[in-house]
Amino acid sequence: MLQQYAGIGAMLIIAIVFPIIVIAISSIVRPKKAAKYKYETYECGLETQGETWVQFKTNYFMYALVFVAFDVETVFLYPWAVKFMSLGTFAFIEMFIFIAILVIGFWYAWKEGALEWN
Amino acid sequence: MSDAVFTVAFYVFSAVTVLAALGVVLKKNLVHSALLLILAFVGVAGIYVLLQADFIAAVQILVYAGAVAILVAFGVMLTKRGDIRESNLANRQKWPALFVVAGVFAVIYALLGQTNWGPLAAAGPEDSVGILATLMLTDFVVPFETAAILLTVAMLGAIVIAKEVKNSK
Repeated sequence: MLQQYAGIGAMLIIAIVFPIIVIAISSIVRPKKAAKYKYETYECGLETQGETWVQFKTNYFMYALVFVAFDVETVFLYPWAVKFMSLGTFAFIEMFIFIAILVIGFWYAWKEGALEWN
Repeated sequence: MSDAVFTVAFYVFSAVTVLAALGVVLKKNLVHSALLLILAFVGVAGIYVLLQADFIAAVQILVYAGAVAILVAFGVMLTKRGDIRESNLANRQKWPALFVVAGVFAVIYALLGQTNWGPLAAAGPEDSVGILATLMLTDFVVPFETAAILLTVAMLGAIVIAKEVKNSK
């Protein structure tokens, strides 16, 4: 089983080594002393005003909550999807009921305006 | 050969997990702490893969590195604070913290001593996800559908708490 993960391992190693090589080469090639405008947030355009780190709107959190619920749902979908072909129609109906129950929650969230932006 | 790869992978994932977890505590910027927390979760997922618990590893990536980390990042974004570079400073609870940590460590160490670390009688299943799927959708249908209801209730509860309850007419 571990052999099947060799591909992921190779991918992981490339993902770690590649940025190191790119950054190392760019640090050799690039000019050592940058122009003054390089240090500004936007090289062209308006200058930034006020603090960069501001408090975000709490509306975002509603999306996060709904996302977490559906993310946990994905955990149940995953084994079902793996065995979908051999489990047959009954499993399909079961999963349909499973998703239908969650859609009720989604409908409630929609109805209560949790996904509205105001 | 395979054993050596296994051992190296174990130590790499352990080192990543422990160093990332240390970074979560020691980094002064709360955003860096949140990102390192994701790295720690991914390291734990790697260890799960080495333990041949690939479903748990997938859950670890999906739920912990995905959803829980998103919640933490949103929590960081939504809180009001002064300078972000000084948002995760150490406080003066060093000695109480040491006391609690020593207690937790003692409990874990005692349990480690009691565990039988001998080899398993039978090898683990090759395809743990498939077995889980078959069990979940045949013998344990009712708990499976109950999980859906539980998830819905959790989502509704979270929405009701986050958006204060409407007055009934």
